Amino acid sequence: MTRKRRRLLFVLSGLIALGIAATLILTALEDNLVFFYSPSDLQIKAVQPTERIRVGGLVEEGSVKKNETGLEVTFRVTDLKHAITVHYRGPLPDLFREGQGIVAEGNLQTDGTFKASQVLAKHDENYMPPEVADALKRAGRWQEGKPE
Amino acid sequence: MFELANPNRFQKFAKRILPWVAGIAVAAMGAGLVIGLFLAPPDYQQGESVRIMYVHVPSAWMALGIYTAIAVASGCFLIWKYPLADVLARAAAPIGAGFTLITLVTGSLWGKPTWGTWWVWDARLTSVLILFFLYLGYIALRNAFEDPTRSAKAAAVLALVGFVNVPIIKWSVDWWHTLHQPASVVRFDGPTIHASMLIPLLLMATGFAAFFTVLLLIRVRSALVARKIRALRLVQAGAGPHIDEA
Repeated sequence: MTRKRRRLLFVLSGLIALGIAATLILTALEDNLVFFYSPSDLQIKAVQPTERIRVGGLVEEGSVKKNETGLEVTFRVTDLKHAITVHYRGPLPDLFREGQGIVAEGNLQTDGTFKASQVLAKHDENYMPPEVADALKRAGRWQEGKPE
Repeated sequence: MFELANPNRFQKFAKRILPWVAGIAVAAMGAGLVIGLFLAPPDYQQGESVRIMYVHVPSAWMALGIYTAIAVASGCFLIWKYPLADVLARAAAPIGAGFTLITLVTGSLWGKPTWGTWWVWDARLTSVLILFFLYLGYIALRNAFEDPTRSAKAAAVLALVGFVNVPIIKWSVDWWHTLHQPASVVRFDGPTIHASMLIPLLLMATGFAAFFTVLLLIRVRSALVARKIRALRLVQAGAGPHIDEA
């Protein structure tokens, strides 16, 4: 009985120690574990133009401007506190639209804008049939890109 | 419950429940597939590709659930030395690896049309890939010894150490900015998925869990029989004429 109890304590304390170690490591590595920065993060962080980074947020309503050919697009990415202007040339994902969450990869420019080489759409956790989405919009209960 | 820790009693129990669980697996997966693929509505954003979810999400749940079960069984084996716990863990590992692979492949197929990429190195995707490698490492370790009982302790320790990855996978989408969306079903404020999609999803999850149980019971039964054969051979070899040659 005592031997079993000792093994139990050994395994439990091992797991707890492992959990603490993992927490410390993950906390220390936080900057490398985030897939993208929000526009607010960029206000605090000193990111060099040579550094390749990703910026994520919502495409600001009414900010999308395409040039005549439709290939080049400029829009603003916002986290509802800060926003950043993004220039991009290339194909956009199908889900790209105003109010949609996106992640842009590229470089910060010296003028404070962002030049993206790739734009990915972020899908949120809401799943519903089109009719339900329409009904919500009609009822005015639609919260496009509500802050997380 | 503890009665079943006896391998002989487990064999009888497994034989009795196997047809029932198989029936549940066929019924739930059949209904889930028909409803999910044909009757459930498309999503307002993703369109028809939302149907990949009916395979992807239950697979991911199974991948995490099976790993957790292996870790618990490994703990029981290390602490209380239940031989059956070790057999269960060993038998479950390849099934869990299979579900993890399905999760990765279906997620990639969904990612291309939705996100615009097959793969990104965000915290969720990377931690699930690590889970897959943990499964492979566990299976490799179990097969690295000729005598399967010798690998049991080392594999159990590996399974327990690797368990640290499970909460990381689950909450990676909340702790860090990831491309992968947060949970839609298992969350504190209730599901954010419409009932017409939640029902086939839960049916598929039930079917997958039952399918896993069927595979597990079959694998455990054959492992126990193989064990008996090995023990009998050892006895035979010990009692046979070879003993004089030694």
